[in-house]
Amino acid sequence: MKSPGKGWRVLLRRPASPGDWLFQGAALLAGLSLVGVLAAMAASLLETARPALTAFGLGFLFSSVWDPVREVFGALPAIYGTLLTSAIAIAVAVPVSLGVAIFLAELAPRWLRTPVSFLVEMLAAIPSVVLGLWGIFVMAPAIYPAEQWLERVLGWIPLFRGPIFGGFGFLTGGLILAIMALPIITAIARDAILTVPPAQKEAMLALGATRWEAISRAILPYARSGVIAAGILGLGRALGETMAVTMVIGNGYLLTGRLFAPGNTMASKIATQFNEASGLEVNALVELALVLLAVALIVNVAGRLLVRRAVGRVPWGGR
Amino acid sequence: MVTQQEQTSLSEKVTAHVSRGIVVEDLNAWYGSLQALRHISMTILPKQVTAVIGPSGCGKSTFIRCLNRMHEVLPGARVTGRVLLDGEDIYAPGVDPVHVRRRVGMVFQKPNPFPTMSVFDNVAAGLKLNGLRAPGNLAERVERALRQAALWDEVKDKLKQNGAALSGGQQQRLCIARALAVEPEVLLMDEPCSALDPMATGRIEDLIRELKERYIIVIVTHNMQQAGRVSDMTAFLMMGDDRAGQLIEYGPTGLIFTNPKDHRTEAYITGRFG
Amino acid sequence: MDSKRTYTRRKATNHLMTGLCSLATLAAVGVLLLVVGYTIVKGIGYLNLEFLTQTASPLGEPGGGMRHEIIGTLVLVGLASLLGIPIGLMAGAYLSEYGGGWAGSAVRLVADVLTGVPSVVVGIFVYVMLVRPMGTYSALAGGVALAIIMLPVVARTTEEMMKLVPLTHREAALALGIHRWRVITSVVMPGAAVGIVTGIMLAIARIAGETAPLIFTALGNRFGFAGLDQPVAALPLQIWRYAVSAYDTWHQQAWAGAFLLVMLVLVISLLVRWLTARRYG
Repeated sequence: MKSPGKGWRVLLRRPASPGDWLFQGAALLAGLSLVGVLAAMAASLLETARPALTAFGLGFLFSSVWDPVREVFGALPAIYGTLLTSAIAIAVAVPVSLGVAIFLAELAPRWLRTPVSFLVEMLAAIPSVVLGLWGIFVMAPAIYPAEQWLERVLGWIPLFRGPIFGGFGFLTGGLILAIMALPIITAIARDAILTVPPAQKEAMLALGATRWEAISRAILPYARSGVIAAGILGLGRALGETMAVTMVIGNGYLLTGRLFAPGNTMASKIATQFNEASGLEVNALVELALVLLAVALIVNVAGRLLVRRAVGRVPWGGR
Repeated sequence: MVTQQEQTSLSEKVTAHVSRGIVVEDLNAWYGSLQALRHISMTILPKQVTAVIGPSGCGKSTFIRCLNRMHEVLPGARVTGRVLLDGEDIYAPGVDPVHVRRRVGMVFQKPNPFPTMSVFDNVAAGLKLNGLRAPGNLAERVERALRQAALWDEVKDKLKQNGAALSGGQQQRLCIARALAVEPEVLLMDEPCSALDPMATGRIEDLIRELKERYIIVIVTHNMQQAGRVSDMTAFLMMGDDRAGQLIEYGPTGLIFTNPKDHRTEAYITGRFG
Repeated sequence: MDSKRTYTRRKATNHLMTGLCSLATLAAVGVLLLVVGYTIVKGIGYLNLEFLTQTASPLGEPGGGMRHEIIGTLVLVGLASLLGIPIGLMAGAYLSEYGGGWAGSAVRLVADVLTGVPSVVVGIFVYVMLVRPMGTYSALAGGVALAIIMLPVVARTTEEMMKLVPLTHREAALALGIHRWRVITSVVMPGAAVGIVTGIMLAIARIAGETAPLIFTALGNRFGFAGLDQPVAALPLQIWRYAVSAYDTWHQQAWAGAFLLVMLVLVISLLVRWLTARRYG
């Protein structure tokens, strides 16, 4: 929707009152405060991370050692943990979210759509720490037997090799991130599907397609970029998550492909380590925050741009 | 050795296939609680173009969408009555609309090619639904359909190009080719030229005259001159007092336009109301 | 033309895929119900007057409540709102009424970028800006951190809601001789009031549940609110600490605290839905 900004000047025939100048000034200041916050954030984080940046250079991203005693720090396991859990989250969340989006947009009877949409939105509103609590006492104990079974049956694959840590680890972390990413992927994918002109679906149906064939051959290809954007924004959500993951990922710092192993993400490492840190470790953790910020921002901005192009608007929970 | 009985029924079937066309028996259609069509009965014969005309909102589109069971796709839409395609009621219980729509094709008002597919894939879309994968066979049928739609010469070098990159008239002929590729018995056309310029319209009207030899064609049009040019039979629909469309008059086009039996038909044709 | 086997396969695929979509929806709704359900069942048992009015018992002893934490969260949310709402409203007004040019686009982009900042990073930022210089964790720092999270959200929803007010409303007011700033505050903003308020409500619901930024700012405090320049307890923080502790009674209290948070979020969501439906339904 176009801002009334330009139209105003046409309407104004009177010189502005002092109140006008004051108000505009205050509004501008408020707008600039946003810019100020972002600038201050970038600057101060960079400044505080500097000692670590100079100490470790680019090697920070590729080293696996985190030793507060020797003051040697490497972020690779944390970065790896973020990537692994996010990958699991997207791999699980995208198909499920797509299914829900298709259900809401094409399959559900009218009266079911609003309540189900509301319930999915509610999932997004649950605080991270509550989901983490549920993860510790409900999800991890439930996953544990499944992990044991997988280890027994498929343990020869490195992915499923033990030891198992009671249901805590990368897999559980990824699954809980999937739960958190699901609502936003569903919302945007559903909007993308609703944007497809009905004539497309009708054309496919008129050729003698089944309902699913019309969806998969006419609707989804048309909505493809919107669905991809949905996935990207879901990834952005997963990247920024802290508490729920921290509470179920165990607390490991090893580079391993074993899904049942304990690990850390960038966010969880910062959350658990920061308050006890001192000296160079603080700088290293701030550098880690900087890396996390960079990754999250790139993904989120890319996602938003794509969504705006594909669907026209971004649903607003702010998240 | 074929018995006398079997012989008779066999030959009946052969002539039946050619001669039975579409028989509409007491068709009623609703959008939720709003009745859109009331007691429509008519017989649409093969080898003829049947035009459906009438003022806006009289239910012409609804009517032809009942002929390929597309009306019921809309939520809350409902149909009663029988529509016999070649002797079989398409609304009989247990009949899958998927089958009906293979035999009754449709071309829409605004050309709607699939924008994510090439010209070739657009035409092949219906064929691929039925598992027709053998590439040689597919290419053959796509070419045949494009030739029937008088589009082959224009696109034969552009088959891989995006379907939506063609001009409006070409897009509509592409949609016609797409509908014809699955070899239906009937082709329904819902105001196929209303979004096209006069030249493109003329080409499609020529096309219709050619196609009527092979397909039963039913065309909805708000353009009476078009109906006069292109059709052999014309049905005039009008909204009754209850806002439901009714069949006022149905007969040979020439007669309808020069000597209508009903005064309402005459009023519409002479332009006394829209 | 159409082999029977192909048709059967197509029909089967249709049923399977639409069935999977329904299953996915069932799974999603099921997870929600499981989470909320467990929280209610496990939390409501411990939710009593004691929980709300008492402070924590000594280590491991049964009983005790989260009074400090509840009050702490109220203080932090109040502080954040004090900072975030006015600035957010004005920033939203800027974007809507004066933001048509390149400067407005830049600010809008920055707001969108800020919403993508992980909350843990916001916490680190406020630590560096406030906690380190002040030499202490503080309620102020916690409030500022939550305000930073709230600000871009409130600004953008305010902008979107104000843009929905038709241009003719502004024109009519101007034609009556009302000054531009009065037009904005007395015509446009009230016209967008429902949307703005619901946006603020949703933002409050969100920051009330935020934990990560508070770890490095408010820190938590076992002795209740001790001043803006002192650490303060917060409900989500304490839920976390109780959850990862070894004591059953603390686990119970964590559930009870979670129950409170979920109820808050549920009530606000329903309220927002109701208000929106009333206005536009």
